[in-house]
Amino acid sequence: MRSSGQDQQKIQTFWQRLHIDVPLLIGILLLLALGLFLVYSAGGQETAIVYRKARSIGIALFGMFVVAQIPPLVYRKWAVPVFVLGLLMLVSVLLFGHVGKGAQRWLDLGFIKFQPSEIMKLIVPIMIAWYVSQENLPVKISTVVLAFILVLLPTLLIAKQPDLGTSLLIASSGIFVIFLAGASWRLITVCVGLASAFVPILWMFLMKDYQKQRVLTFLNPEQDPLGSGYHIIQSKIAIGSGGIEGKGWLQGTQSQLEFLPERHTDFIFSVFSEEFGLIGVAVLLTLYLFVVMRGLWIAVNAQHAFTKLLAGSLTLTFFVYVFVNIGMVSGLLPVVGVPLPLVSYGGTSMVTLMLGFGILMAISTHRRFHV
Amino acid sequence: MSPRRIVIRNQSAEANLFARRAFIAFAGVVLVLLILFGNVYNLQVESFEKYQTRSNSNRIKILPVAPNRGLIYDRNGVLLADNKPVYSLEVIAEDVEDIKNSIVQVSKLLDITPERQSQFFKAMKRKRRFKPVELHSRLSDQQVALFSVNQHKFPGIFVNARLKRYYPFSDLTTHTLGYVARINRKDLNKLELEGKSENYAATYGVGKLGVERYYEDMLHGTIGHQEVEINNQGRVIRTLNYTPPVPGKDLTLTLDIELQMIAKRALSGKRGAVVAMNPRTGGILAMYSNPSYDGNLFVHGISSKNYKQLLDSKDLPLINRSVQGYPPASTVKPFLALTGLEENVVTPSTEINDPGWYQLEGLPNKYRDWKPWGHGKVNLTKAIEQSCNIYFYELAFKLGITKISNMMEKFGFGDYTGIDIHEESRAIMPSVAWKRARYNKPWYTGETLSVGIGQSFWTVTPLQLVQALTTLVNHGERKVPHLLKANSELIIESSGNAYHQITPTIYEPRAPLKLKQDKHWDVVLNAMHNTVQKFGATAYTPFKGSTYDASGKTGSAQVARLKQGEEYDAKTTSENQRDNAMFIAFAPYDNPEIVVAVAIENVAKGGGGTNAGPVARQIMDQYFGDRVITSQTHKAKAKAKQKTDSAIVTIPQEAD
Repeated sequence: MRSSGQDQQKIQTFWQRLHIDVPLLIGILLLLALGLFLVYSAGGQETAIVYRKARSIGIALFGMFVVAQIPPLVYRKWAVPVFVLGLLMLVSVLLFGHVGKGAQRWLDLGFIKFQPSEIMKLIVPIMIAWYVSQENLPVKISTVVLAFILVLLPTLLIAKQPDLGTSLLIASSGIFVIFLAGASWRLITVCVGLASAFVPILWMFLMKDYQKQRVLTFLNPEQDPLGSGYHIIQSKIAIGSGGIEGKGWLQGTQSQLEFLPERHTDFIFSVFSEEFGLIGVAVLLTLYLFVVMRGLWIAVNAQHAFTKLLAGSLTLTFFVYVFVNIGMVSGLLPVVGVPLPLVSYGGTSMVTLMLGFGILMAISTHRRFHV
Repeated sequence: MSPRRIVIRNQSAEANLFARRAFIAFAGVVLVLLILFGNVYNLQVESFEKYQTRSNSNRIKILPVAPNRGLIYDRNGVLLADNKPVYSLEVIAEDVEDIKNSIVQVSKLLDITPERQSQFFKAMKRKRRFKPVELHSRLSDQQVALFSVNQHKFPGIFVNARLKRYYPFSDLTTHTLGYVARINRKDLNKLELEGKSENYAATYGVGKLGVERYYEDMLHGTIGHQEVEINNQGRVIRTLNYTPPVPGKDLTLTLDIELQMIAKRALSGKRGAVVAMNPRTGGILAMYSNPSYDGNLFVHGISSKNYKQLLDSKDLPLINRSVQGYPPASTVKPFLALTGLEENVVTPSTEINDPGWYQLEGLPNKYRDWKPWGHGKVNLTKAIEQSCNIYFYELAFKLGITKISNMMEKFGFGDYTGIDIHEESRAIMPSVAWKRARYNKPWYTGETLSVGIGQSFWTVTPLQLVQALTTLVNHGERKVPHLLKANSELIIESSGNAYHQITPTIYEPRAPLKLKQDKHWDVVLNAMHNTVQKFGATAYTPFKGSTYDASGKTGSAQVARLKQGEEYDAKTTSENQRDNAMFIAFAPYDNPEIVVAVAIENVAKGGGGTNAGPVARQIMDQYFGDRVITSQTHKAKAKAKQKTDSAIVTIPQEAD
């Protein structure tokens, strides 16, 4: 008994030295593995697509591992310059960016093309966490106001691209920091009020026609079943026809016969629900809940306000992906381009997420660093 | 940003605050997950059936399968309407990368005209997604082979085989058989109205004319269904279920294609029609109208150029002349004579004097005989033999229009015969009431005289003539003229045995026409016999040397109205104002087997005897072949008649 306890201690220190948080890794790996099976089914049973997904998983895991080795202190040091650089990149995307699917998201630096908005998903929480953790918590109103402005800048720049999904994720990552930093409830109420007042302005001045159309479609998809409502109707049919037990892996007619749009990316949850049914959904949601719990556990046990706020924000933002994606494909939310985290096909967002998990692991394993 | 400050931190208070907030966030996460799960539960459990149904209707499609159209045969089993595979070149634009270039390339390969290409591009604009569009409707075998070799170069372009109607005898059968052509909007509306549109979901064409149109329901068959699984592009992935279509019934007509050929040959270069019928059954043996046209042109969609040509032709090839009205002229004299006997205004021996003209008392108009110096003393038989107009002026005058039209209506003039094609005209049997309704004018006695020689407003169709003649030779027994002899249906038993069930068509006989004195039939028939058999009678020449004991009656109808004192001269009269030649005949005299009516428009020279008579002769020559039927002497016949008291009984019935 004793020796086994010692062995466990040894194992823990082994992973500790690698800066890997084992429970979190298990949760992530299970989701990634599920993603591989689903992408095979949703991608027309092509192995090539599975290989590509596996390759980006490899890259992402490596990236996560590398990031996990960096002491969290480093992020705090570099928060401001990196944030400024990120804003500059977002501006240059709007000025010189590449257009893809009707939106400018890509920046071509000659040797590499990348989406600055993706990396902002990490930079924004770091920046805000740094900013609000300079003072004792709970945050003061003046700090909150300034923090809001810091969040709003990248959010609006990304919304202008337009990339509603990413700007939503970035805004929430900042807001989560402010919330976790203990912004007073009265303030939160006021903010929610202001946000509601902002909706008409958003609708009239900031949203593009196709975004408005998405919202209208969301409100009544059956109005135009062959046009803009098609995606959401087909998605609901896929989910609903899955029933309790599902049609079985590779047996989903909605996905295999290609009635579902964006099957291996944004709508992969519909494929999953169709093929694995309510039981599968329960398992998947439990997995996500486990990852979120572990992330929050890491945050609560972090030793400094900065790392607590950063870990908490990264975890909750990860959950926003889950909520927005599942919400939209099951008809609760309008369609905004947010993938199902770790499961959807699509390298860029997964790499960002995994880098975020790398930061979480760093926070979880670099316990003894000093302010 | 703000300058660095030294902050004295209360670590445990911060940790507590954070833990509280993190817990609230966690509670929020759990709540949101429950909402998501609840929503999915609602979709997958509460609304499961609804979405399952919708999922199935997404993926399962019922594809209609067109039944094979019934074939049509002539009385001897010669195939008149066939279904032949036709290869069309079709394009699914969504599968073609560079549509313009591909079409140009494939057109170059198969030699497709620019006209077709531009038609294709026009059709492309109003097509539905992933629906094929026809680039060429009839590829030759060579084109099919050439394309098959090069198919890999043209993704999205393919050859489609379809059964389409084919009429091997082309223009020989078009007026009677009709044709099948593509279902147009009007047909579709009609099918919908009749509740048949579902049965036609996969059908290419519908009968537009003649037998094809009349027996559409019998020929068409019942649609089959293929239940298939499709993907979002409507492409078939696999078949789940198959209900085969029931093919249409095959039809056997009473028509004899060889007689039809003779009719065509006899009418070549003329405008006119021939109808031959079996008087024992009413079965049409030949029905041909010249000029005709190729029904196959319509099957594939006639080009506007060809159609315009047919429409604009002065010879009106689209009209089926065998069911169009012509002035009957002297061909109706036997029927008028019979009316005179029936109404007792003449007896067989009543004689009149024919000086060559007839004049009504108190009127200046002189009605002329065709023979300027007249026929002298004329009784009924001679009047028919010689086609004496004066006799019939007198007769008509005595009868009056009402008695004439009443009797003629009993022979079927002025009404549909009920033949099994829809193109039939009623023609006109004038009467006082008719003229009042048509022109709002009273009837003039002079018009009665014209009716007496089959002119004035009176028109009859060649079909009506054979129908009336049938009633005459049958001594009043009336037959329904018809084309359909039998239909045959493929029956497949559950044991797998298949056989053709042949159902002969039964035509309900019509109430017979009874005369007060039955012997009057033979008086008239005998006169018609004389008309052909007696040297010097009007129809003697065309049947000279025939061996089947024919009888008949000629007719020459004035088309132009001659002014008083004017002479008709074919040479000086414009072509379309020249006389029509008419002829009716039956043979043999005893127990007739065939009745024939011929109409030829605007003949250059002569009348019915010289122009239409030979046509009837050729038909009968073909019909009887080498058979020699000798005439019984009138005496022997008269004796025989006394023994059996009714001729009707002696006419053997032949199943048809």
